[in-house]
Amino acid sequence: MTRDRHADTLDASRAVEWAARRAYGRLIAAMASRTRDVAAAEDALSEAFLSALQQWPAQGVPDNPDGWLLAVARRRIADGARRRAVHDRVTPVLEYAATLSQDDAPDEAPALPDQRAALLFACAHPAIDPALHAPLMLQVVLGLEAEQIAAAFLVKPAAMAQRLVRGKRKLRDAGVRFALPEAHELPARMPPVLEAIYAAFGTAWDAVAGGDDAHGELGTEAIWLARVVHDAMPHDAEALGLLSLMLYCDARRRARVGPHGSYVPLDAQDPATWNHDAIDEAETLLVRAARLLAPGRFQTEAAIQSLHVARRRGHGYDPDTLVTLYDALWHFAPTVGVAVNRCAALAQAQRVAEAYQALMDIPESVRAAYQPWWVLCAHLHTLQGDRGSARAAYEQAIGLTVAPGVRAFLLTRRALVEG
Amino acid sequence: MQYAIVVYETAAELAAREDPTRAPAYWAAYTAYSQALVTAGIARGGAGLAPPAMATTVRVRGTERQVQDGPFAETKEMLGGLFMIDVPDLDTALAWAARCPSAATGSVEVRPLLPPPPIDA
Repeated sequence: MTRDRHADTLDASRAVEWAARRAYGRLIAAMASRTRDVAAAEDALSEAFLSALQQWPAQGVPDNPDGWLLAVARRRIADGARRRAVHDRVTPVLEYAATLSQDDAPDEAPALPDQRAALLFACAHPAIDPALHAPLMLQVVLGLEAEQIAAAFLVKPAAMAQRLVRGKRKLRDAGVRFALPEAHELPARMPPVLEAIYAAFGTAWDAVAGGDDAHGELGTEAIWLARVVHDAMPHDAEALGLLSLMLYCDARRRARVGPHGSYVPLDAQDPATWNHDAIDEAETLLVRAARLLAPGRFQTEAAIQSLHVARRRGHGYDPDTLVTLYDALWHFAPTVGVAVNRCAALAQAQRVAEAYQALMDIPESVRAAYQPWWVLCAHLHTLQGDRGSARAAYEQAIGLTVAPGVRAFLLTRRALVEG
Repeated sequence: MQYAIVVYETAAELAAREDPTRAPAYWAAYTAYSQALVTAGIARGGAGLAPPAMATTVRVRGTERQVQDGPFAETKEMLGGLFMIDVPDLDTALAWAARCPSAATGSVEVRPLLPPPPIDA
């Protein structure tokens, strides 16, 4: 049975694209975990994809495409290592090359072991600059380009590209271990991994508030990374908490943006627009985490989110419970964001005087350029009937706002306290 | 992989070397550490350094040789010694570095060694 040449090429490109999207991280991790050389793995895999695009139309898509790509990429790395033998400073690569049999046929390559979680832990290793943890994860495990990552983190593309190169070089040359941490190491190693994944998710979240859904994909990718960690460590309470938190937030992603890119605050969102499957999963995970009796920052944040979406069942929640949760969150993460949100919870619980006092207790140096502080300040002044101060606070908030949708929203709020 | 474990000590710690009440404990700690590296089979060399006051710094600028009394830089923590170890990865090296006596009061830097250049024996 002969097939149309064009159709063969199309099948091949689709198969390569499919493998790239589904297995990129797995393939990089499988190679890099042995040689510690992420950059070489990336180059070798690119060449393997090119070979696939050239060979699969004629030969047909192999039964085990991932295995084929891995075998070809590994051979590239081995060839590169042999050529560099005299000058090569990275002995693991040579040792690795020596273990490869020249006779391996691509289709007989072994099944792909999943080393992605190990790769994530390597990216968030203490030997790597913390500012690089999230960017490295996004490039190395998800294959995102430096330009995309740079845009998300508000860094110039050239600078981000250079930092990523340095980060990967450090991973390779300093000999960072590519393996899941031992149980006794987890308390120290897990938080940076979770924080980096959350940072990646957070940049997507802020972008959506501005009506820019180009970063919506980034949120989905971050959730995927959290799943990888959770699958590798199913009994880690905070990994469960992070995944739960992100699912709760993502469930409301589309509801945050109105018809013309306008910003829709939480209490104005229509629960019918939320993704209820995501919320169901988030709740299941949160309950599972709670049973492990190891509370932490992400579980507490997820619990707060679960209160916020209680409306979907048609009932509210005790606002004092929200304050209690913020008290707990403050214990784990004493940040200005948590402090301000706690004040908002106090206001919601009709404890306005307390809320105002707590808001003013936040040091001036910390709050001066922190937009949400000014938004809440304006809101509290409005509740207290002080329209003049409310107006002034809205001015400050608007001046500090980046997202056009949020700015428009605040302008309408300010108009309500005019005159 | 071979790593250097570079010892940086505070002035107070270095002073222990000369203090008869503190010196025995100081040297005992470093002897025990060196012994632990040897027993683990990972020791590849190293040396304690005489104190910074004994240092002389040399720089050649153009044709001029500048010789100065004192160490390369006066810093809060001064170079005190060096251990070289051979372990599978950075994480293992870091675990050993944490056991170095100066880690608790000063600092320890861990850096991979470059492979030696080819030299005809």
